[in-house]
Amino acid sequence: MRYIPNSPEERAEMLSSIGLNTSEDLFSSIPTDLLLNRPLKTPPALSEIELLFRFEQLSRRNAGPDRSSFLGGGAYSHYIPTIVDHVISRSEFFTAYTPYQPEISQGTLQAIFEFQTLVCQLTGMEVANASMYDGSTALAEAVLMAERVTKRSKVIAPLSVHPQYLEVVKTYVQHAGIELELVDFDEQSGQVGKTIFSKLDDQTAAIVVQSPNFFGCIEELTAVAEAAHARGALLIVVVTEAISLGLLKSPGTCGADIVVAEGQSFGVPLSFGGPYVGLFAVREKYARQIPGRLVGEAFDKQGRRGFVLTLATREQHIRREKATSNICTNEGLIALAATVYLETLGRRGIQEVAQHCAQKAAYTARRISQVDGYSLRFSGPRFNEFVVRGSKPAAEHLRKLALERGIDGGIPLSRFYPDSPKDFLVCVTETNTREQIDALVDGLSNY
Amino acid sequence: MANVPEDLHYSKDHEWVRVNGNIATIGITDYAQNSLGDVVYVELPKPGDEFANNESFGSVESVKAVSEVFTPVAGKVESINEQLNDSPENVNSDPYGEGWMIRLRMKNPGEVDSLLTAAEYEDFTKAETE
Amino acid sequence: MDSTSITKVTAHPSQNEQLIFERSQTGRLGYRLPPIDVEVTPLDDLIPATLRRDDDLEGMPEVSEVDVIRHFVRMSTWNYSIDLGMYPLGSCTMKYNSRLNEKVARISGFANLHPLAEVKDSQGALQVIFELQECLAEITGLTAVALQPAAGAHGEMTGIMMIRAFLDQRDGNGSSSKRRTMLIPDSAHGTNPASAHLSGFAVKTIRTTADGLTDLEHLRELCAHGDVAGLMLTNPNTLGLFESNIKEICQIVHEAGGLVYMDGANMNALVGVARPGDMGVDVIHLNLHKTFSTPHGGGGPGAGPVCCRRELEPFLPVPRVVKDGADYKLESDFPHSIGRVKAFYGNYGMMLRAHAYVLTHGFDGLREATEAAVLNARYIAHGLNSDYEKPFRGAPMHEVVFTDKRQSRKGVHTLDIAKRLIDYGFHPMTIYFPLIVQGAMLIEPTESVGRQELDQFISAMRAIAREALEDPELVLNAPHSTRIGRLDEAAAARKPVLRWRPHAKADAA
Repeated sequence: MRYIPNSPEERAEMLSSIGLNTSEDLFSSIPTDLLLNRPLKTPPALSEIELLFRFEQLSRRNAGPDRSSFLGGGAYSHYIPTIVDHVISRSEFFTAYTPYQPEISQGTLQAIFEFQTLVCQLTGMEVANASMYDGSTALAEAVLMAERVTKRSKVIAPLSVHPQYLEVVKTYVQHAGIELELVDFDEQSGQVGKTIFSKLDDQTAAIVVQSPNFFGCIEELTAVAEAAHARGALLIVVVTEAISLGLLKSPGTCGADIVVAEGQSFGVPLSFGGPYVGLFAVREKYARQIPGRLVGEAFDKQGRRGFVLTLATREQHIRREKATSNICTNEGLIALAATVYLETLGRRGIQEVAQHCAQKAAYTARRISQVDGYSLRFSGPRFNEFVVRGSKPAAEHLRKLALERGIDGGIPLSRFYPDSPKDFLVCVTETNTREQIDALVDGLSNY
Repeated sequence: MANVPEDLHYSKDHEWVRVNGNIATIGITDYAQNSLGDVVYVELPKPGDEFANNESFGSVESVKAVSEVFTPVAGKVESINEQLNDSPENVNSDPYGEGWMIRLRMKNPGEVDSLLTAAEYEDFTKAETE
Repeated sequence: MDSTSITKVTAHPSQNEQLIFERSQTGRLGYRLPPIDVEVTPLDDLIPATLRRDDDLEGMPEVSEVDVIRHFVRMSTWNYSIDLGMYPLGSCTMKYNSRLNEKVARISGFANLHPLAEVKDSQGALQVIFELQECLAEITGLTAVALQPAAGAHGEMTGIMMIRAFLDQRDGNGSSSKRRTMLIPDSAHGTNPASAHLSGFAVKTIRTTADGLTDLEHLRELCAHGDVAGLMLTNPNTLGLFESNIKEICQIVHEAGGLVYMDGANMNALVGVARPGDMGVDVIHLNLHKTFSTPHGGGGPGAGPVCCRRELEPFLPVPRVVKDGADYKLESDFPHSIGRVKAFYGNYGMMLRAHAYVLTHGFDGLREATEAAVLNARYIAHGLNSDYEKPFRGAPMHEVVFTDKRQSRKGVHTLDIAKRLIDYGFHPMTIYFPLIVQGAMLIEPTESVGRQELDQFISAMRAIAREALEDPELVLNAPHSTRIGRLDEAAAARKPVLRWRPHAKADAA
């Protein structure tokens, strides 16, 4: 087997050098009745040629990548600069281990320190960790953290938070003694409604708000922050379309206590849902309560600056069951991809991409709303996603658009909300050309 | 050789107590700070907090370890050593002096009598290392 | 040093790459977007100014593409990596990260597939998940599989929640307060108790015997309390020893009404040789970034699939990938499921890589890898026996643990040995884990190391043992050959600086 350096002959020599006869002898401590005395029933070995052929074949059974896409809903099609993949394909980055030995991991550690800084700058927060698995689990961990910090057990969230994110939070809190209360949003604007304020009380650990929310509406975060703080509760802001941070007021400036986000928009391929990267940022005073790894600045005896994993006493390998989280492996390489993306686009580029998204989305929304039978469901301000309400079930004509015109025009909301069959969620990014948008509008007007 | 001042009382969890009337000053011993390594953070309670005997009142963190600290006697927190916020290393350099952690107004002053004397504590730590 | 050799100029920029923010120059650009091709509306008309940023992203870097490439390439040269050489890290299974797997993951039909694409348009992607599920079921002997967890610890949380759900259903509402204890060996990885805690369990620790195995008497004693929900164990355990009493262990726990969870971190010693399902284990998580070679990436991504017996299947997270005739479907209609543990389907890119790994090895290659991994560890154990103290007599499987007892008498400890190993060109082994061994050095070479390199590792370790006796200062002040020396981690933890700030002093010496 070509990944095993020692040939069978070398291995035979090694065996006898340590006083064993056959490789079966290596397993003498396993009771014989536990030995699997037959080959595994997994497939036989494939050569590179055969393997690639097989996977290429399988990939052709996936239709989306060849169509023009207006799909969002928590995963976004943004352009990934060529150098991102080159950097993360360097052996020294992708085959490196977690940087527990700082003297030989400064590449990884410095990159994470830059990542943490960039996340703070974009979210307007003071401390960010080295990554979580994704936005949904980052939100769940934020809820657990809010309970730890406030010692209160109720968390309120509007139904305009990504439905899958809410499902994940439910799973995480089911044994944590935390009550998750879901409230309605304003049907007209699509933003957080008044109910959220009436549910706030002295038992509330946190309010969770997503902005832009699942329907693409931008929330008035400052008002929610003030209301939450007045009752001693925290504001957790969740962002699924991270590029929005290039245009919108940072959640930190609006008063958020914890900001979690999905970083996939920053140079990470769609890859059918993963690997992605969760961003997690907090106010300075919560630094010792934050889950996940943290990289800090440090100096050696000669005064040379380096970086090191720090405040490890929060983590599972030291505090075990009292740890701030059980997380160990996170999304290091994906965080690196995001770092390269953000540094390549930089201060100007991130803003420009965000503006392209907003302008193209506005153009699309305007044109669609001018087609007979279609309207925009929510009146609130939007970034790059919006809900269109048609006069017929959306799933059908979106399917036609896909098969007949090669356009994935949006996500039928009926997938998440069976009582909204005529609605669909449209997302527009800098990768959608005017041609594609006009073709979408043309397609919709024909169904 | 760890330092074990004569005039103090000791617990099996490596805390020391200095008694002054009804007030007990509490910290961790030289033996404890030595095992912990460089202290980077000390988590302390608030004045006014009340604790029973042998209750966790905080923790001491080094780079690679964290240890809870327990009250050798019951009482109410009169004051805490705020200096440890900026200089947690005082726990290492002066565990019985600048490294003090909390001052308790004792509930049952007689409780100190059940603690170990300096000699008993010394024997106890010797046995632990073997 | 030879006087005719050239002295390196340490101030050369390629040796002293600063933070990107310190390289930033106003006006530099690293990108170019096409001109906007739609009518532009004034932003105020789209989004009120009160909702928009007004800081112009101040502080974010402005650099050219060349700056970015040089920045990261220079930084990469400061890292050790598997492609450079062996990582003898016990418990981590640092095996070769195949380039073929990387190519597979980048095939456009997979890499550019949106997770919310219609199921009909994702048949190829779902087929890969389904096939990998079947392979993992066969390998573990546990038939129901979920690939949603994103890492081992995530898989642990999932598996333990499943146990809780199973018990709550089996024992009825009364069990909610009755079975709340999870038994965990004192040699366990820290994620184990942390994960148990997330499911609302209290942890009780089981002792390890002088032979390095689970103490059966203590296990029986703890099970007799009647409050045991289950046992979390690793097999081979974290000392590298196969728990030969595993069948009895599972029996004891089952008779006490609990379930057995296995941490699959050490599966590299078992694939193709023995199966947890046959041992009596009820649920296991696997680490695709360990046994199945997906790259560590400097700290992830990973994937922690969960495999379980039929009885636990209803509790697996949703959605699940199932077969419906010739097609694949996402099915969420499992009313007893513990719920969703992550948005979408898991770290799909890692599933592609792991499946490619399984297919490249084939059923015989998988077993061959296991044999080679165990042989390599045994070979190292044999080579180091004379210089280092091995606390347990039992034959190590894919990893072996030593203590620093001999060296510490001379004032040289595990940390120092680890740092000195760097000077010999190796990444250190796992240190101070498991906690029950004094100054533990846990060594796992994996099958990806050739004999010459194993011999080099052994001589390096033996040389260090000699140095500890003859020249301890050399070891105590190691490493000597890296771009920075040991960092003051205490100072870093006292006054943590966790981000760059403008006007911060840059000491780029």
